[in-house]
Amino acid sequence: MSQETPPIVRITDIHKSFGAAEVLKGVSMEVPRGQTVCIIGPSGSGKSTLLRCVNALVTVDKGSITVDGEDVTASKLDKLALRRKVGMVFQQYNLFPHRTALQNVMMAPVHVLKQDRASTEAHARELLRKVRLEGKETAYPGELSGGQQQRVAIARSLAMSPRVMLFDEVTAALDPETVKEVLVTIRELAEEGITCLIVTHEMGFAREVAQKVYFTDHGRILEAAPPDEFFASPRHERTREFLNQIL
Amino acid sequence: MKLDVAHKVVGSTSSKSQAWMATLFMMSLGFALLVPLHAALAAPAERGWLDILAQWAPLIFKGFCLNVAMSLVAVVLGTLAGGALGIGQCAQTVWVKRISWLVTEFFRNSPTLVLLFFCMYLLPFQVQIGPFEVPFPAWAKAILGLSLSKTAYVSEIVRGAFASIPSTQWEAAETLAFSRWQTIRMIILPQCLKRMLPPWMNAYAIMIMATPLASVLGVNEGLTFTRAAITAVGRPDMLTPFYLYLLALFFIYAYPISAWTIRLERRYAVRS
Repeated sequence: MSQETPPIVRITDIHKSFGAAEVLKGVSMEVPRGQTVCIIGPSGSGKSTLLRCVNALVTVDKGSITVDGEDVTASKLDKLALRRKVGMVFQQYNLFPHRTALQNVMMAPVHVLKQDRASTEAHARELLRKVRLEGKETAYPGELSGGQQQRVAIARSLAMSPRVMLFDEVTAALDPETVKEVLVTIRELAEEGITCLIVTHEMGFAREVAQKVYFTDHGRILEAAPPDEFFASPRHERTREFLNQIL
Repeated sequence: MKLDVAHKVVGSTSSKSQAWMATLFMMSLGFALLVPLHAALAAPAERGWLDILAQWAPLIFKGFCLNVAMSLVAVVLGTLAGGALGIGQCAQTVWVKRISWLVTEFFRNSPTLVLLFFCMYLLPFQVQIGPFEVPFPAWAKAILGLSLSKTAYVSEIVRGAFASIPSTQWEAAETLAFSRWQTIRMIILPQCLKRMLPPWMNAYAIMIMATPLASVLGVNEGLTFTRAAITAVGRPDMLTPFYLYLLALFFIYAYPISAWTIRLERRYAVRS
């Protein structure tokens, strides 16, 4: 991969335990600016925890993470500053059920960034249009399908103009038919040059959208390669096993 | 206290008992209205029980109004303090959490009557504020004592409601850089309000029932005046009408509240 610009996310040898269970056992990876990186691997391999470490929802025990020059593992971390740079979308969407789609998108820019309401609303409507939810502005999350809710969640995250987007198995809870509409949205973001770090079980999607694929198992990265190489000729025995099971 | 039991029966059984309660409610209302009606219409020839009751009813009613007023002020105080304590119980700072929990548990497990005595004997009769001596009357102490119980209830209601909101809501808010206080104010509390309303109203209904306890502090509320009236009249046969009248007033006031609470509970139970 091109190393001309420094990576926007740099993870160096991070360790994390929950009680006796060591979930991450020395993980290192880099996400170059403007690129899309996918993390795949069996359940319980530490993928989600890894992602959560990047925006400090989980604090690491050892190792370091920098995002856009910000040291995430510093004890004096400005969490708010970090989270303005890093957007995250969850498996269960986690929209605010008492607010409409438009309000969900507008809340953080208005109240956290203290942006002007009128211009924020214009931007929010544009974002909803971008995720193909024009006409759903006044719908409450409960009135939307899973795929629609997930796209609202993506728009909500984008409204903060993050430098990096984290996607944590965002299609895992969706019906097969609605998976595609969400993946199309993410692919468009990737093509626009937004840096994306994606945990996914959608192999076809990973192959199509990623510049690099990481394979994790038992808290370690076993393999990292560009998708063509990764899927065509995985080097590690465990990777082959996993891909055979899935594909 | 009697009405709490009645309330629970309604809550747990069929619409048949609801019809029963409604009948009882109408009977109470009829009885309460009978008194002024009689006073207005009947000729004062012979003094029957209704005449005597009609003579004293305004006083008892006036006392009952103080019960209602005390409960209303206490509910406002208790809700404010309890809301703060409940949020404190969910705080991230350990000592805030511990103290809030301790205060809540202390008042939740204290009998209201004991709290009332506590307020009566341990608080001064007047407070010195600058050059002014502000009296601290018994009714104010009663309000304080009543609001302490309510505070504990509300604190638990808030804590319980907060706990019922999935942690993923906190996480989503955190990811969007909301501060903790913003998260509580804009995201968690608004989702809790609906869930908190029925138990809050229930706690209020319990509190209005506790207000006659203030009679032991010498507050001139409904029960104090009822007993005064009985003493003044000095007729044993008047005990029943006088107490029934006071009970009817409480029932008329509290039954709609508990009936509405049950309706709300049902509605939210179906939705969730």
